[in-house]
Parts: sequence; structure tokens; C-alpha cells
Amino acid sequence: MAFQEIKNVEIKGISACVPQHVEDNRNSKIIGSNEDIEKFIESTAILKRHTVSDSGLCSSDLCVKAAQDLIKELGWSLDEIDVLVFVTQTPDYQLPATSSILQDRLGLSNECFSIQISLGCSGWVYGLSTLSALLSTGSMKKGLLLVGDTVTMTKSPLDKSTYPLFGDAGTATAIEYKEGADGIKFHTGTDGSGYKSIIIEDGGYRNPFSHDSLEVKKRESGIFRNNLQSHLNGTDVFVFGITKAPKSIKALVEKYNISIESIDYLLLHQANKMMNDKIRKKVGVEESKVPYSLSEYGNTSSCSIPLTIVSQLREEVKEKNKKYLACGFGVGLSWGTAYFETENLCCPPISFL
Amino acid sequence: MEQKFITLFKEAIDSENDQISMDTRFRELDEWDSLAALSIIAMLDEEYDIIIDGNKFQKLETLSEILNYISENK
Repeated sequence: MAFQEIKNVEIKGISACVPQHVEDNRNSKIIGSNEDIEKFIESTAILKRHTVSDSGLCSSDLCVKAAQDLIKELGWSLDEIDVLVFVTQTPDYQLPATSSILQDRLGLSNECFSIQISLGCSGWVYGLSTLSALLSTGSMKKGLLLVGDTVTMTKSPLDKSTYPLFGDAGTATAIEYKEGADGIKFHTGTDGSGYKSIIIEDGGYRNPFSHDSLEVKKRESGIFRNNLQSHLNGTDVFVFGITKAPKSIKALVEKYNISIESIDYLLLHQANKMMNDKIRKKVGVEESKVPYSLSEYGNTSSCSIPLTIVSQLREEVKEKNKKYLACGFGVGLSWGTAYFETENLCCPPISFL
Repeated sequence: MEQKFITLFKEAIDSENDQISMDTRFRELDEWDSLAALSIIAMLDEEYDIIIDGNKFQKLETLSEILNYISENK
């Protein structure tokens, strides 16, 4: 079982940046009638989404802003940042890894360990575990986890099953080595047999880009897309989410004797309200402890957990010590849960680009 | 058992349609859409402790077939 207890690390701060451009699902041309739109909003809770639209902004641009805000607020100097972990599925280029470009753009040292990870909705939890593990020996002391996705660029605007759900964002999480700190506990899992549930079929090396990749085809009623745009099997992902997420949370809580009553927040990947409510009920946590950022930002893939902290909890987490359970689940299929505590978390306000 | 199932089914898809019976081909209902499908899957999990995957659910056509699936997989 993939449990980890990574000691001697502490989350010092979290920040986020979203595009200025807002799309309102009430004005959607693809969801259907006004009645359909209201029904969609009621079950998903997704009203608005910040999207890069035609601005040309990349995940890295949003992450650079979030990182600069956080570094400034923490008072870190650039040359003491030893590790940069970048999690995205919407990189700048096929080659090289955008993590290298980010090292340079942020002005980090050439001695910086930088790495890029391709994961979606579980990405923040996996990034957190990777960065924590790298720092926990104390050889490297300070690290940045940048998690960003312009996921709307991967969706067809003519696909009512995906396009109205997603928003774009970039986030930064700062972690520091601290001897004796309780650290972070993780449970992680993977089921690659479900890889086709969320997939962009063409453009990799299995199905290289070809002229046919661009052909927009009707897949189902209200679903038109080409093969460079992502397919999402809503039913499979729903069944996956309501099964694996509660199991993972319960497994972690049981393994480390965490009292579920003692946690301040259960942070769930912001998939949609219906799915998240179901997971919350299965875990047995009261509604007031489960914050949502769906109505304002939609599903922001890997960013949804840190964006929820910054957008919904900022005032509370800045002042006090807090205990969190955070669970990400999705594309891969991949999932992970983390338990951590923060002490006066550094949390600058959201930036807009 | 059947009456309870019909009630739960109607509640899940938010329908007051009195015509819904065990023989109803639910995919033909006006109320039926992808969200209704998710609501039924969630209801089966909550009320009957049964997780049905998308492919298997696709094959079910009537309420009777869902109830049969429940009894066979209990």
C-alpha cells in the first residue's frame, strides 16, 4: 500500500493566479435551454470560470505570477530555493520541460533541482509528496511546488459534457525543511486500466498528429470535438471518484489514527458539487468543513485544492493553526490524499493576469 | 421492494411522473439525461451499496433490469 509519512517538512505558503477573463455558464450556448443551464448549475455548482480564452497565457505564466507573489510575501531570497517541482498537463512546449524554463524565468539558481510531473486532478497531492520527499533529508532546504493548468485549452468549445466544467489557474506552494516537524502523511493510488476515461487521443507518439487529428466529429448529441481535444467519460469518472476518493481518505485516516473530527477542512478536488457531496457524505465530514471554489472557478484540474485554500480560506488560515485532509482524484486514473497542518500559512491574495 | 425502488428511482431523477413502472424504458423518458444517469448510479451506491460501472449501466434498459442487477450483485 502506498502510504508515506514524510517528516521534517512544513508547508509555509500557498498562492494562486487566474486569468482575468471570465466565462459565465448562464450565457453558455452549448449547455441547452435556460432550464438545462439552471439544472447544470444546480448539480455542478459551476457558475463562472476564469479562462485564458485567446489571451495566449500559458500555465507557466500563471504559475510565475503566483510564485512571485508567494516568494515576495514569504521574504525568501531566490538563491535559497533548492527545488522546483512543476505539475502540469498543459506545458509550454513538447520539449524541453517547462520546469527548466520556470527556473530561469523565476531567476532561481543553476544549482536548483527542477523536475516536471504530468498529472491532473491528483497532481497537487503527488507534487506535494514528491517535493516533501526531496526536502525531508535536509540536504535541500526550500522548495517550490508550482501547479498549473490551462485545461480549457484542451476542451472543445462545442463539447457540452466538458467545456462548461473547467477553468484555468496557476498556483504555488512553498515547503521548507524543518527538523522535527511532523511533516505530511500520504496515501496514493493509480489505476491505469482507466486511462481512456479522460484522454487526448492524438498528438503524442502513439497516435502522432496528422491531418485527421483536426477533424471535428460528432461523438454524441451535444458533443463535437477533434482528436486533439480531450474526451471525458463522465459516468466512469463519477463512479471512480465516489469509490476511490472516500476509500483513500478513510485508509489514510485509519493508518495514522487521525481523528476525522479534529480536522478543520476536508479539501476535495473540485470536480462538481454532486460528486463532491457524495464523497463528503461517505467520509462523514460535516458540510461546513468542506469548502468549495466551484461556483467562481469551476474545475481547475491540478490547481483546484490550492486554489480553494487561497480563494475560500485565506483569512482563516493566515491567522490560525489548521489541520487539513486533501484528496485529489482524476485523469490517469490517479488519486491521492494528504494530511497536513499549517501554522499561520502565508497566503497572498489571488492575482489576475 | 419494487415500489420502494420506483420511489427511489423517481426521487433520484427528480420526477413526479406516475407512469414510471418496472417496465419503463428509462432512457426514453423526457427527464433522462447524463445527470440523471449519475443520480441513479449514486442512488444505487447509497441505497443498495452497489457500485455499477458505466459500461454495465449502459446495458440496462428498464427499471426491472436495474433491480435484477441489484439482486444479482448483492
